Amino acid sequence: MANHSIAHNVYVPYLEKKGILSWLLSTDHKRIGIMYLVSISFFFLVAGVIALLMRLELLTPAADFVQPHTYNVLFTLHGSLMVFFFVVPGLAASFGNFLIPLMIGAPDVAFPKLNLGSYWIYLLGTLIVLLALMKPADTGWTYYTPYSATTDTDVVLITLGVFVLGFSSILTGLNFIVTIHKMRAPGMTWHRLPLFIWASYATAVLQLLATPVVGITLLLLIAERTLGVGFFDPAKGGDPILFQNFFWFYSHPAVYIMIIPAMGVISEIIPVFARKPIFGYKAIAYSSLGIAFISFLVWAHHMFTSGISSLAATIFSFLTFLVAIPTAIKVFNWTATLYKGSIHLHSSMLYALGFIFLFTIGGLTGLFLGALAADIHLHDTYFVVAHMHYVMIGGTVMGFFGALHFWYPKWFGKMFNEMVAKIAWFLVFVGFNVTFFPQFFLGVQGMPRRYATYPAEFESLMSLSTYGSWILGLGVLIMTVNLIAGLFNGEKAPQNPYNSLSLEWQVPSPPPHENFDEIPHVTDWTYGYGKKKEPEA
Amino acid sequence: MTWIPEVASNLATKVDGVLWVITLMSLVFFVLITVLLVYFAIKYRRRREDEETPYITGNEPLEIIWTVIPSILLILLFIYGFVVFKDMKTPPEDALEVSVLGKQWLWTFEYYNGKKTLNELYVQQNRPVRMVMRADDVLHSFFVPAFRVKQDLVPGRYTQLWFTPTKIGTFDIFCAEYCGTGHSAMLGKVIVLSPEAYGIWEKGIEVDDGGAVAGLPPAELGEKIYKEKGCNACHSIDGTTLVGPTFKGIWGREEEMQDGSTVTVDENYIRESILEPQTQVVKGYQPVMPSFKGILSDDDITALIAYMKTLN
Repeated sequence: MANHSIAHNVYVPYLEKKGILSWLLSTDHKRIGIMYLVSISFFFLVAGVIALLMRLELLTPAADFVQPHTYNVLFTLHGSLMVFFFVVPGLAASFGNFLIPLMIGAPDVAFPKLNLGSYWIYLLGTLIVLLALMKPADTGWTYYTPYSATTDTDVVLITLGVFVLGFSSILTGLNFIVTIHKMRAPGMTWHRLPLFIWASYATAVLQLLATPVVGITLLLLIAERTLGVGFFDPAKGGDPILFQNFFWFYSHPAVYIMIIPAMGVISEIIPVFARKPIFGYKAIAYSSLGIAFISFLVWAHHMFTSGISSLAATIFSFLTFLVAIPTAIKVFNWTATLYKGSIHLHSSMLYALGFIFLFTIGGLTGLFLGALAADIHLHDTYFVVAHMHYVMIGGTVMGFFGALHFWYPKWFGKMFNEMVAKIAWFLVFVGFNVTFFPQFFLGVQGMPRRYATYPAEFESLMSLSTYGSWILGLGVLIMTVNLIAGLFNGEKAPQNPYNSLSLEWQVPSPPPHENFDEIPHVTDWTYGYGKKKEPEA
Repeated sequence: MTWIPEVASNLATKVDGVLWVITLMSLVFFVLITVLLVYFAIKYRRRREDEETPYITGNEPLEIIWTVIPSILLILLFIYGFVVFKDMKTPPEDALEVSVLGKQWLWTFEYYNGKKTLNELYVQQNRPVRMVMRADDVLHSFFVPAFRVKQDLVPGRYTQLWFTPTKIGTFDIFCAEYCGTGHSAMLGKVIVLSPEAYGIWEKGIEVDDGGAVAGLPPAELGEKIYKEKGCNACHSIDGTTLVGPTFKGIWGREEEMQDGSTVTVDENYIRESILEPQTQVVKGYQPVMPSFKGILSDDDITALIAYMKTLN
């Protein structure tokens, strides 16, 4: 690998250049990572505020805060922004970009200009969706036909925006795959790779293979609306359920595009703060690939009540249970890593432990939805809402928050206030559970999702959930303020504040332009904690 | 507060069995993981910066155990879920058939004897019912929590579900598949009658509406019809705009039609709008209202008109 451009022994932090163009034209993977981080965080906060408005409407049974149509627009925007603008690009694009070259000992990703191009495409997608706000869609983020083909709101623009975003996702995935294959430092064998890299690799494969399907699906929907083609219109020989098959063929793997990087983050944080090697390294590494593979075979578990054949439902139920096995293995491995450790409850470690706790609930409640008979009762109720948020917020968002606190010193060269971070974590954790745990009971009792108004018998649990959303919102607010304040007032971060062994901590904080003075030679895996004292155990 | 909804069908008990088994199993694993997390976090908390930790990278027997045991449990769960699902998908031969039409935003039920009801499904205790369902416009989903049954209604094909109601009473029908603005107002009731009462209903005498309802003043009867026949899904009475024009202040109002003409809302206009809703559509609204011909009698319409007059 040619590294002639590296300025030896001259430390120039990558953050040094100023000016908006130095960002928008930068091909430095760390700067692109920051641009993604800022963009996705913005959409996370916007979609979060929309969620608070929805919960406010649901405080009482009647439509007294917003009218049903507005409520429907709100949940469509909330879902679309959270899924397509935050969690799917989320950890993969921001932390993936920042960390992959640093962790494998490379100066940048394999195709830096393509990487910048991916970010521009992301921006273009967001611009299109802003235009779509003129007459925002009211279809839900799943855009199910025939409703999405007939509503007079602007479905075309928002799906076009998501379609464009898909290219960003595909190109990022491609870039990461090539980077991980070709740019690893000498000695960085596959079995020495940090688990975040394994997770990013599995994610990139999913992005590359699954995203085109949603792209095509949305194009078909746009053709249906603008040209009246009739792919999904029974009057023209089409099939509304075909759309669901297409949609979930992408969107189920997409759940794993969201969660696998978070699993990677957890696998990095826990060994560092437990001072222990990760337990069952290979099991965790390969289970990421296993999950990625099986995730392509389970999409129809979203459709047990849709009118697909009973045989299909049965097969998909079985395959769905298979995906629980590698997931369970990971949870056991993380827990076992703590055994006999030297555990420091840093704020990022609290998020990691919170992740395991919440994700376990998310995973176990998935069993209810995988089991055919139980799914029939629970499908499209608040049980699904709760389950999905336990997986996505409890999983992806906790992983994201954990990653933010863990790598913050490395990104920015500053420290945040740890005490405030812990208070914020506590509020987020409590608020989250108060918001979403009651929803399991609501679902079992039959409260359907996407209701702007609801029968009075659900009121006490619904308002409890709304109160929880306020605690959660406050927690996220405090966390955000704390992290932003750290940028301005934080102490200077040391190179390796947690005595971590992985490569990104062996360069200054923030790292120099091309990461390493010299490409490192790797002689050991990343998780050799506790080794010196007890070589063979 | 109850943990689970009422048990009112033969299938409900079976589904609850699956729910309880998974709940118990989940609790075991959840408690196991949580206790270990908290115990480890406390017992092994860092006391000194240079604490020694053992170099443990894995344990094959342990990893095999915690792969194999969950795998077996998962397969058992799958089988249990499937066995009950098979029952749910296999209606008995002698089930009574009811045709269901889902439409934005109401349910229409048609019975073997030509009877037709709106948003109210009449069934007989302990007699299996097979519902043959279709949708007129978009996807809907027929969901009765007390029966633990749910099935989407899909335009262009028939779907079915069945149940045997076991408990006399009135139970909620929800639309569980998002279907547009009025989704949360697409509510109905299943009315489970005793065999005797069902016999009377079949012959055409309104059971629940009998003497008590006939004795209501017209405006009150109209209000009851407004709520029960689903008018409220599309027409508000407080001035908010839903799918159709609000009923607030409707009496005597000048309405502009699609073709630009104006009509004063009077008895005949209301009657025509109920029976032939597509002929004179108010400007700014979609012609989506179904005809209520054969569903509302002339007496019902008179009552509704009386009710509307009170909304000024």
